[in-house]
Amino acid sequence: MANARNLRILVAKPGLDGHDRGARIVARAFRDAGFEVIYTGCHQTPEQIVSTAIQEDVDLIGLSILSGAHRYSFPRVLELLRENNAEDISVIGGGIFPLEDIPVLKEAGIKELFEPGAKLSDIIEWVGKNIIPRREA
Amino acid sequence: MDIVQRIVSGDVRTIARLLRDIDDELPSARSVLQGLYPHTGKAHIVGFTGSPGVGKSSLVDQIATFYRKESKTVGILAVDPTSPFTGGAILGDRIRMQRHFLDPGVFIRSLATRGQFGGLSKSTNDMVNVLDAAGKDLVLVETVGVGQDEVEIANSAHTTVLVMIPGMGDDIQAIKAGVMEIGNIFVVNKADREGSRKTVRELMNLVELGVRRRNGDDWEPQIIETEAVKGRGIDKLCQTIEDHKAYLKATGSQRWRETVEKRTRIQLMGALRDRVLKAVLEKIEQRGDSIDNMVAKIVDRQSDPYTVVQQIVESVLT
Repeated sequence: MANARNLRILVAKPGLDGHDRGARIVARAFRDAGFEVIYTGCHQTPEQIVSTAIQEDVDLIGLSILSGAHRYSFPRVLELLRENNAEDISVIGGGIFPLEDIPVLKEAGIKELFEPGAKLSDIIEWVGKNIIPRREA
Repeated sequence: MDIVQRIVSGDVRTIARLLRDIDDELPSARSVLQGLYPHTGKAHIVGFTGSPGVGKSSLVDQIATFYRKESKTVGILAVDPTSPFTGGAILGDRIRMQRHFLDPGVFIRSLATRGQFGGLSKSTNDMVNVLDAAGKDLVLVETVGVGQDEVEIANSAHTTVLVMIPGMGDDIQAIKAGVMEIGNIFVVNKADREGSRKTVRELMNLVELGVRRRNGDDWEPQIIETEAVKGRGIDKLCQTIEDHKAYLKATGSQRWRETVEKRTRIQLMGALRDRVLKAVLEKIEQRGDSIDNMVAKIVDRQSDPYTVVQQIVESVLT
């Protein structure tokens, strides 16, 4: 595996939301797709998520949320990434969102959103196509 | 400011990216490591090993908390296994360390073994050096939680902590020949559980029997009961880590020098092995040959592994 960049992904659950079955299943699917997945569990603040993403040098953050707080926590993660000069780290989301929120979140900079019923194979295919491990600058 | 200076000054993003480059074996990482090496040698390196689920991450979390109260900075490298089938990995040790996520005095990095055996990744020692150069007072290395032969950590760390839980009585007997010999400190975690005293007694017997009394090593392995989630026994554990450090560094003793030389020797041999192998493989490729060809020949019984290696060595090294 020398000189091949392994994709590194942070799977995180922001806010007061203890339902992590979905996040765990996606994390496991990422592992089975050959990615290195950092999983940090529930109840993360956006600050914790961004700090972890930077220390772990991930290519992608996958946020899972079922609590309804996505319109605060998702843009906040993006904002903190920018503040830390880490806007090259992509962010995607999964969970339950009202349809009208999806364009708002995408406008804010979330690359893609996956709703209940999204197929694991589709998520992995999307990541494989759109997320390229950071190359040597 | 160049990259070496940024790392020495503790810039988190630069450190994190270098660690990635090291893990991915980018040639550029090597020159940075060269530049960083003069800044290494100050951190105390503590390794934690033991079976999965004994509480290594929780202990590391507590120890980091203890040292932060003393205003010491801490680097943590937590290794988890890579799937041998897909190359993927779930790195979940951070879950137990959440309270340190926003503390600039703690840097945590999760590593995957990436096909390496022995409980560490190939990159672990280089990564320890980076955190050392970045000024961390303490580098805590948590190995993959595997069984009996996970002794690499003893060559990487100055102090090795072997973590177990009560009720492993028979297991202790089973593993004493392997991993039991490397512990400078034995921790019986989850000591609130039944059988803790029994486990401690069994460990005392092993220590009495002198699992480590050789090569002039007269440090008597210490046995400490802890309850990591509640923080019980952590003060004593940290004090014992300090005691072991003091023992190694005692004036007039060669122990520190020997420990550091052993670590350096292993790193040198590892780096040499990697570079030589890489160079040899490149030579083979330049000659228009390939390992695949050789394998095919051997499988077809046109040649054998011993002759092939002999030929490679003769053609490359002479």
